Formats: sequence, C-alpha cells, structure tokens
Amino acid sequence: MSEARFDEAEYSGPLLEVENLTTYFGTDRGVVRAVDGVSLTLERGKTLGIVGESGSGKTVLSRSIMNLLPKRGLQRDGSVRFEGREISALPDAAMRHYWGAQMSMIFQDPMTSLNPVMKIGNQITEGIREHLDVSVDYAQDLAESLLASVRIPEPKARLNEYPHQLSGGMRQRVCIAVALACGPKLLFADEPTTALDVTVQAQVLDLIAKQQAERFMAMILVTHDLGVVAGRAEHVAVMYAGRIVEQGPTTVLFTDTKMPYSEALLGSIPKLDEHSHTRLATIPGRPPDLVHPPAGCKFAPRCPYVQDRCLEEEPPLRAAAAGHEFRCWFPVGTPEGKEARARNEREGRVPHAAVAASAGGR
Amino acid sequence: MAGTGTVHLRDPESALLRVEDLVVEFPVGHAGDRVHAVSGVSLDIAPGETLGLVGESGCGKSTTGRAVMQLPPPSGGSVRFDGVDLTRLHGEALRRLRPRLQMIFQDPISSLNPRRRVREIVREGLDIWEVGPKDARDDKVNEVLDAVGIDPAGGSRRPHEFSGGQCQRISIARAVITDPKLIICDEPVSALDVSVQAQILNLLEDMKRRYGLTLVFIAHDLAVVKNVSDRVLVMYLGKMCEVGAPDDLFAQPSHPYTGALLAAIPVPDPSIRPDEERVLGGEVPSPIHPPSGCRFRTRCPKSQEQCAREEPTLREVAPNHYVACHFPLDPGEQIDFTRVGIGASVSPDGDGSQP
Repeated sequence: MSEARFDEAEYSGPLLEVENLTTYFGTDRGVVRAVDGVSLTLERGKTLGIVGESGSGKTVLSRSIMNLLPKRGLQRDGSVRFEGREISALPDAAMRHYWGAQMSMIFQDPMTSLNPVMKIGNQITEGIREHLDVSVDYAQDLAESLLASVRIPEPKARLNEYPHQLSGGMRQRVCIAVALACGPKLLFADEPTTALDVTVQAQVLDLIAKQQAERFMAMILVTHDLGVVAGRAEHVAVMYAGRIVEQGPTTVLFTDTKMPYSEALLGSIPKLDEHSHTRLATIPGRPPDLVHPPAGCKFAPRCPYVQDRCLEEEPPLRAAAAGHEFRCWFPVGTPEGKEARARNEREGRVPHAAVAASAGGR
Repeated sequence: MAGTGTVHLRDPESALLRVEDLVVEFPVGHAGDRVHAVSGVSLDIAPGETLGLVGESGCGKSTTGRAVMQLPPPSGGSVRFDGVDLTRLHGEALRRLRPRLQMIFQDPISSLNPRRRVREIVREGLDIWEVGPKDARDDKVNEVLDAVGIDPAGGSRRPHEFSGGQCQRISIARAVITDPKLIICDEPVSALDVSVQAQILNLLEDMKRRYGLTLVFIAHDLAVVKNVSDRVLVMYLGKMCEVGAPDDLFAQPSHPYTGALLAAIPVPDPSIRPDEERVLGGEVPSPIHPPSGCRFRTRCPKSQEQCAREEPTLREVAPNHYVACHFPLDPGEQIDFTRVGIGASVSPDGDGSQP
C-alpha cells in the first residue's frame, strides 16, 4: 500500500486545484511558454473538457499537472494540489505513489502507447503489482475482469496476446484497462479517440463515461473536438497560446459564448444539419509562436473583433456569470463586442493574420 | 445491407469516371486465403461533381480510390475514365494518363519529400511532362501556390518549415498543377485541427471551381463528407450500402449502417446527450472470411435469416437514393442497437471473429 492512500476519507475539498501553473521549455530558439498561468479546479467525479488547437498547450498542461514532462530545460512553476496536498514539487520517487494509483492517463495513439513486446496481461498487472499488495493470481484475475469491463471479448485469451493482434479500438480499450487498473481518482484522457473511427469513438467514450460513473472518478478530457466535450463534460476550458481564454459550465459556454476564439472554433465545425456545400467559417492565420507571443491579447491577430486596445493590453480573465470566465475586451454578444465588430466591418479592418495567412512559413 | 448492384449508375456517356463491379483482393498467408478488400463496387461521377466515399476503417474506401488510380490495378471490374478503360492500359499508355488523375493523401507532412524545396515539389509534374517553356513553368508554380494560399516567396523552403495545414495546401498545389480532371482526396483533412480543416475544405471548393475539377472525397467524417459532396456512397467491408445526394441521405438514412454512422457523430451541442442505445456495437469483421449474404448482418439489429442467405442488391427507395438492404429503415425510424451486443459476430459460416 502506498502512503498516498492514507487519510483519503478526511479531505472534502476539490480533488484537484491548479493555481497559476506555468510550464516553459528552454530551446535553442528561446523560451517556449507552453503553459502560461493556468488555474483550474476539478471536483470529484466530474469531467473537465480542455479544448484547443494543436499548439495551444492543452497536452503539455495535462502532463505538467501529472509531472510527467522531461526535466531537461523545463521551467515549471505554480501550484498543483491533489486532495489538498501540494504535489507540484514532489520528486519522481514520491510521484510514483500518485501515477497509476491516484491519477492515470490515456494517450492519443493506442498504436504506440502499449509496449509491443509485452503481453497485454502483463501490461495491466504491472501497475497492479506495483501499487496494490496482491498476489500474482489475484492480479491476473483482476486484469481479466478489467478487460471484461472494457468489453473486450474473450478477456482470458487476450491476456496472453500482444498489442499487434488487436485492432485500434481494442487497443484503446486495453489502454483504458491499464489506466483504470489501480482505481485512480483522476483520469487524464488526452485525445483518447482522435485516432479512431466515429463508431469506435462513440463506443470508447461511452465506455469511459460508464467506468467513470461506476468508480466516481474525475476526468480531464483533452480534445480539439468540441463535439466530443459537448455531451461528455460538465465543465469546459478553452485554451489558446498556453492560457485559458474561456471556461465555464458546458451549456453556458456553448450557448453564451463570450470569447471570439471559442465562437470561431464552434463556427468552423462542419455541421450535419447544414446543407452540403455550405461555406465554412474559418479562423485566419495560425496560433502564435509561443517563443514570441504577441503583446496584447494572444488571439488579437486572428480576431474579427480586434481593436487597438487588444493589440496593446492583454485582457484579464474576468467573470461573466457564476463559474463562467473569459479573457476579452470586446466579448461576443455584448454591445461593446457588436460595436467593435461592426466598426471593423465598416472600416474594412481584417485581422492581420488573414493577410499573413497567405504568407507561408513562419 | 452491404451489397452490390449497378442501378444507381447514370448514363455512361455523361460520366467522367465510371467504375463497374470493382473487385480488389490481396493474397494473404499460406493457405491461399485472400483479403476481400473491395467486392463489387460500382460508382460513377459526372464532370464537376464531388463523390463522397464514407465508411469505417477497413471498409475499402481508400482501396477503391487507389484501384481507380490503378495503384495497384484491381483484381476485377472496369474503370472507365473519360471513355478509356484504365484496367486495360499498361505501362506507357497508363503513365500518359497520370497527370489527368491526381491524388491527395491523408498525412500532409509525410506525403511531401522532406529533402526537396516546395517549389521543386510543386514543379515536378510540369518538368516530367515538359509542359510549356521552362521559364513559363515558374510562373505557373507561382500562380498555383498563390491560389492555394502559400506565398510563392516561401517556395524555397522545405516541407518541415510549414504547418500541417500549409503542407496540405502544398499537396493540393502539386495535384492541380498538371491540370488534372479528377483528383482523389484520401482523407485529406483527417489529420488536421477543426479550424485548419475548415480552411482546407473551403480551399478544395475554390480549387474545384477555379480549375474545373471533379473530386472523389474519401473520409470517415460524415459531416465533412456532407459538406463537400454532391453524391455520397456509404461503404461497409468492401460493399456498397447506400448511395444518394447528401441532404437526402443524411436527413433520411435508409441503411441501418448509415443510421449507425450518423448516430455515432458527436454533436457540438451540450443539450444533446450521447445516446448509448444508438451506438453501433462490435467491430468490422475480418475481410478474409467476410460474413455470407449481407456483410453487415453480424452487427445489424434488423438482420433476419434472409440476410445470411442472400446478398442484397442496390435498389431505388426514393429518387436518386439507392440502398442495398433487405429491410431498410423507414423514414424516421430509430435504430436500437442494444439488441446486438459487443462482439456479436459469430456465426458458423464465414464468421467475423477477430484474426
């Protein structure tokens, strides 16, 4: 038994509290500010969706919370409290009590996140034997029941197979079984279904939701697909350039979007109820270079609401309603926002990334 | 459902591409087994049209696209492109047709040679076919790069200096420069973020108009396919399920498989909770020993004894809407997949168990 399992009953606050977490990488080009001052809270049994484009820092954020990043050139600051205990500065040896046992992760690519030369059964029992004081036979039985619970047919036979003998969807189920093996309280799912077909995606997401409810486990679901978080997360945080630019209860965020970036992300999804050949809304340009981020609002160069103020002064995270926060000077759906957009249209001001979009390269 | 047939084909004179009874099989193992990748697919495309090919991994949609290109040549059937049967052409005669048929691949970064400059990559087709005088070729490269939204001044860079979306733009430039008639796009946006995906989809529409292209658009994302297509063909395990105009087909899916695909799409609307009853269970059976009769029957909640015995052929259920199913869905019918459990695939004759 690990020490992390002690006195777990007494703590009644949020499961995870992240405060002002920064994660920078020193590179040849300069310091990459991958996560730049992120704060979030997650209650037990709840799901938080983290949404953003490639390079928004969403994956680094989840790994930084788990302290899984390579240490070389890493500058990590801020506070991560798990069940009220500060874990951000713990050495790897102490983190081992948390990894797998208290918090675990499902990665994007089921093809490469399993060990190809290790039998599936052993990959599942490895964590069980490390964290739980059980016999080999018991661990095997547990592995078999885990495989059954992720609905893998003939679980006993599968234990002796290798990953290459399974399809992508089946491998992702095995990854889920590995992640669930020690009964973690917090599950990170980093684009768990991006590599899978829609039908398999629905199966896998249903399966995770079911396991989550049965185990009263909290989850951070990282994805670029707003469709995936819409039906599955209670809370959503939208990330851009290493910061949370809007967060709130899912329904509020979808119906009362404040940040132009969230609006643009929602607008760029092709929707089934639109006629074919409907012109899609796009976001001009690309996410900013995280070595030299723009001075004001990081989204300003791509924003249809952009005003001079946005280019100079970064908006703080401010509250729109209970639990709904956003960063914008001219929010969507407000008189200021409407006026800013109307003024841009009147004056023919286009976000300058729309011009630079055709400039190629970086 | 999943079956064969040719009733959905239109007048052969009007079609730019007409594929009939396409069969692609690959030998596998030592026992003389064969992978039945595509088994009797027929399709046609009118000039200027976009045909969407949809289905799960392993349904044969990419293989169909490649067989049209004769990469490799199909095991059976005919591929008539602009009046010529490509399956009868070999060597030089086939090569001569290549600039008119182009392809865009899924992974934009790995489909560009990392050691060559973008300008050379895009120009290569012109040099091979010696299109126009040498100095005019550079102008053509500039024009095409500009059309796809890449600054021609960046042409001396190499692919790794560009993002995924930009690399896909370069792939599109490379494809359109030889003035093709037909481009086969094999999952061109699956590897891209939603915001970039929208840019590329819009770009493909622009290119289609500007260069008078006809597209085969292969994808597993139904919303994407609906957005770009004039006609959609739903495939399952090497067979056709349903053909129709996207608006009809998605408003009123007739094949249970189409219904299942539609039900599985996550909707970006939090008021709609994912409905587990409507999720298709199980996995695609092995294409080495596909199920008898309708190949979808092992996962189909409506399957009857007839489905195992007899393969359905395409028939018209509404104008320009065809389905290969013995028991198609009625308009508005909801499918309940709870009857078919996960892994429900075992039957004595040609079962679909895991390899």
